[in-house]
Amino acid sequence: MNNTNALQLIDGDLPVQNITNTWYEEFQNSNYGAIITFVGIVRDENNIEGLSFDIYEPILTSWFNTWQEKAKKQNALVLMAHSRGDVPNHKSSYIAAVCSPKRRVALELIDEFVEDFKKSAPIWKYDLLEGKRVYAKDRSTKIKGAGILN
Amino acid sequence: MVKVEFLGPISNEALNIDISNLSELSAILQKNENVSSWLETCAVAINDTMVSSKDHVLKDGDRISLLPPVCGG
Repeated sequence: MNNTNALQLIDGDLPVQNITNTWYEEFQNSNYGAIITFVGIVRDENNIEGLSFDIYEPILTSWFNTWQEKAKKQNALVLMAHSRGDVPNHKSSYIAAVCSPKRRVALELIDEFVEDFKKSAPIWKYDLLEGKRVYAKDRSTKIKGAGILN
Repeated sequence: MVKVEFLGPISNEALNIDISNLSELSAILQKNENVSSWLETCAVAINDTMVSSKDHVLKDGDRISLLPPVCGG
């Protein structure tokens, strides 16, 4: 699998079974001892109808490629899918996965990969409230190095 | 001439301006009402590579992106 297919950006909510089944079918014979999948689901809270996302693809792709290189050094592979635009409550907007020969590598990588994603990936989240997009400012994190123009 | 684009929730059209470094850009954006309050929390990329200091010489055709706080997933 090349890096283009390893990172999937999809309009609207993610077809979870389709994506995760495809990954499993593709890698079950690759002698990875562990495949860990993390599926993020939009929660019904604070009266939102769902979430909406903007993605800046060029920097997301280079961020992802850096993680792929890091995973390869441990003979592992990272996979990711994310939504663009609106995703209703109880649907998935984000799936991350790690395939690895070793259980411990997979468990540690999925943790680091998802956490770094939350604080570094150039994706902006909006609450959907009465059909309007409201930037989730309080839940957003400054990217490392922010503020140099201040 | 360089292009400055504002990503995600910042509502400001892209700018085409004649500047040679990021300190000049900072001075210009501090006067822009739509943008000034974002500067403290925005990261900066030049031609899609993140930069960590203002000491960066700009050349004609460079593309500068302002990235406000993120929240994927």
